[in-house]
Amino acid sequence: MASKLKNAKALAALHKKLAKDIDTEKCHISLCNGTACRPYGSNPVAEAFKADIEKRGLADKVEFKITGCHGFCERGPIAIVEPGNVFYQRITVADVPEILDNTIQKKGPIERLLFKQDAATKTVARQNDIPFYTEQQRIVLGNNIRIDPTSIEDYIAIGGYSALSRALVELQPDQIIKMIKDSGLRGRGGGGFPTGAKWETCREAHGDIKYVIVNADEGDPGAYANEGLLTGNPHSVLEGLVIGAYAIGSHQGYIYVRNEYPLALKNITLAIEQAEKLGLIGKNILGSGFDFNVRVNRGGGAFVCGESTALMASLEGKTGEPRAKYIHTVEKGLWDRPSCLNNVETWANIPLIVNNGAEWFSKIGAAGNSGTKIFSLTGKVNNTGLVEVPMGIKLKGIIFDIGGGIRGGKKFKAVQTGGPSGGCLPEKLLDSPVDFDSLLKAGSMMGSGGMIVMDEDNCMVDTARYFLTFLEEESCGKCVPCREGVKRMRQILTDITQGKGEMSDLELLTELSAHLKDSALCALGSSAPNPVLTTIQYFKDEYEAHIEDKKCPAGICKALIKFSIIDEKCPGCGRCVKTCPTQAITFMGKKNPVILDQSKCIKCRTCYDICKMGAVSIE
Amino acid sequence: MKDKVTAIIKKYGSDSSQLVSILQDIQTEYNYLPRTALDKLAKKLDIPQSRVYSMATFFRAFSLEERGKHICNVCQGTACHVRGADLILESLERQLGVKRGQTTPDHKFTLETVNCMGCCATGPVVKIDDEFFGHMTNDKVEPMLSKFKE
Repeated sequence: MASKLKNAKALAALHKKLAKDIDTEKCHISLCNGTACRPYGSNPVAEAFKADIEKRGLADKVEFKITGCHGFCERGPIAIVEPGNVFYQRITVADVPEILDNTIQKKGPIERLLFKQDAATKTVARQNDIPFYTEQQRIVLGNNIRIDPTSIEDYIAIGGYSALSRALVELQPDQIIKMIKDSGLRGRGGGGFPTGAKWETCREAHGDIKYVIVNADEGDPGAYANEGLLTGNPHSVLEGLVIGAYAIGSHQGYIYVRNEYPLALKNITLAIEQAEKLGLIGKNILGSGFDFNVRVNRGGGAFVCGESTALMASLEGKTGEPRAKYIHTVEKGLWDRPSCLNNVETWANIPLIVNNGAEWFSKIGAAGNSGTKIFSLTGKVNNTGLVEVPMGIKLKGIIFDIGGGIRGGKKFKAVQTGGPSGGCLPEKLLDSPVDFDSLLKAGSMMGSGGMIVMDEDNCMVDTARYFLTFLEEESCGKCVPCREGVKRMRQILTDITQGKGEMSDLELLTELSAHLKDSALCALGSSAPNPVLTTIQYFKDEYEAHIEDKKCPAGICKALIKFSIIDEKCPGCGRCVKTCPTQAITFMGKKNPVILDQSKCIKCRTCYDICKMGAVSIE
Repeated sequence: MKDKVTAIIKKYGSDSSQLVSILQDIQTEYNYLPRTALDKLAKKLDIPQSRVYSMATFFRAFSLEERGKHICNVCQGTACHVRGADLILESLERQLGVKRGQTTPDHKFTLETVNCMGCCATGPVVKIDDEFFGHMTNDKVEPMLSKFKE
C-alpha cells in the first residue's frame, strides 16, 4: 500500500498511477459477492475462480475481482466479463472453468449462462442491454461493479477521494454548503429534509465541538439499499462524510451500523483503516490542516435506533429511546452538541455533487426531488434486486419495466414503500411518480427505499397486522400513545384476521390512528398508522370480506380458510402425503385422489406448495 | 472468563459509550451474556448494574440465557413475510419442538427471528450460524436442519 499522502498533488499522482495500472489488455471478471448472492453460493464460486486462475497460471491474462452488490440479486451469483460487457447469471462452481476458457480464448459468451427474462424471450448477452439495467440510472451504485470494496486503491483508481481533495483545497465550507443546497439533495433516510439546510444549521449552531454521523441502522424490514452501498462501496460513504465534516466544522464522526450486517461492518471498518493509513482521515488531511477522526458503532437490533435521537442515545451507550425534538439534533444532539446525522445514501451522493457540480445533480430526477434513489425491489416481482432510478420515475416503471412484472403470471395487488412507516399503494396509483412528495400525498412515504411488491395471493389485512406486530415489538415503550396505541391496533387487526372483527372496528382504527399521529413522541409511533390507513383506504373490500363474510379472499388468514383436495385434479401421486407434518392426508392408492382430514389439518400450506397439479384448493 | 471480559473491555478503552459493542463482543465470545460477565462489566466501567441490564434487555440481539450450539435465525422481514416466512417459522417450531426465542433441550439449536438480513431478494431466508438458506419452502426445512444435527 502507498504511504501517507501529504497533499492533493500526491493523491492526484497516486490516482494517475493506479488508473494507468489498470491493464486494458487483460480480461476482467467482476464477480458479485454481495450479501444477497451468498445464499446462492457466490462464496464457493469466488473460491473456484481464484483456485482455477492460480492452478492454470492465468493471473497475467485475467484480472479477477470480487465485488459488492451488482444489483440484480434475483439472478445471483452474477459476473460481468470484459471485454464484451457479458453478463453471466446463476453461476455455479462447475461453470467456472468454462467461463475462464471462453473469456481467454475470446470464444464468445456461453449461451446457457446468459440472461433471459422468460422462456418466450431471447437471451441478452450484454449487461448494458438488459432492461433491468437500461431503465436505471446508477450514479451511486454503479461503481460497485468496478471496485473491490476491500481495496482503497481500486476506489482511488476510479477517481475516489478526488472530491475530498477538491473540497479541502479549492472550496470554502460555505461554498460546499451552498453547493449542496443548490443541488437540491434531500435526505435519503426517508424524511426528505434538505441536506444543505441541515448542514448550514449545524455549521451555524453554537459550540466548538460538532459531530457528523452516518445512519447505517437500516432497520426497515425488506430494505437493504444501505447494506448494498456500504458493503459494495464503503469509501464513497466515508469520502462524503469527511467532506461534510469539513463543511460543518466537525472533527469527529460516527458510523452507526446494524450488527445484522456483518459484511457492511467489516468493509467499512477496513475502509477507515485504509483511509487512515493514506492520511485521508486523521490529522492534517492532505496537508489542508483539517483533522477528522471516525469511529464505527454497532447497533443491537432495535428498529427505533434508526430514529435520530434514539440513535444518538445509543451512541452514548444508553438504551435507544428517542426524545422529543423541541430542540433539533443539529443544535443539541450527541452529548448535547450540534450533530449532523445523514443516511448512508445521502453521504454517498456528496462526492458526486462536489465533483460534478450542483447543476449537474439538480438536472437528474424531478423538480424539487433531484437525484436518484436506490430501492430494494423485492416481493412478488420477477426481477428482485437493488435498483437506482431517477426520482420522479413512475411506480409502474420500476415494477414492470425494471422489475419485469409479477411472478408466475399473477395479478399485481399492491406495492409497499417506506417500511413499517409507509403504506400500501394499489394498482390505480401505479402511474404516480416516485418522489418524496408524491408518496407522502398517497399516504405512504419514501422511507429508506424498501419497495415490496404484492400479488393477488397477499392479504392486505394480514399485511397491516404484520406491520403493527412488528411495530409493537419494536416500540421502545417510552411514550404511551405508541406503546398502548400500537398494541390495541394490532389486537383489533388480529381479531379481524380471525373473523372476530366488526365494521365499527374500522372507525376505531381510524380514530386511534389520528391520536397516534398527533401524540406519539417519535416517527415510529406517529407513522405507525400508515400501513393501516392506506390498506383501509385502498383495500376496504378486503376488510369487509374478513368482517362481514368471514372470508380471506387471498387465502392467507388461517382462521378463515380451509384446504381441500380437488378430486378431479389429484393423480394420487402421494407427494403431499409424505410432506404433511400432521399426517392429515391419507394415501388411497395410485390414481385415486388422496383424502384430507380437516380435523388434523393445521393449514401449513405445505401440500398446496408442493402439489404440481394444482389439486389443493384454498377456500 | 475474567481475562476474556477484561480483554474485551480493554479493546474499547473502558469507554462506557461503547456498551453495545462491548456486549456484542461478550455475546460473540460466550454465545450469550453470562451474569458473571455483566457483573464484571459494570464494575470495570464503574456504571450501575441496572444500566448494563437495561442495555442487555432493550436490544433484541442480546440473550441472557445460554443459547444452543447452532443459532437458527428466521428472517421475518416484509419481503420474506410476503413470501410466507411465517410458515417457515412455524415449520421450524414444529420440527425443533421449541417456540421462537427458545433453545432445544439438547442445546443443539436456538430458534430466533430477525427483522431483515439484507438479502431480501432471496426470501424467505433462514440463516444457521453463518450459512444462508434462500428461497425456503416447508419441504426444505428438514434437509436443512439435518445438515447441522451431527
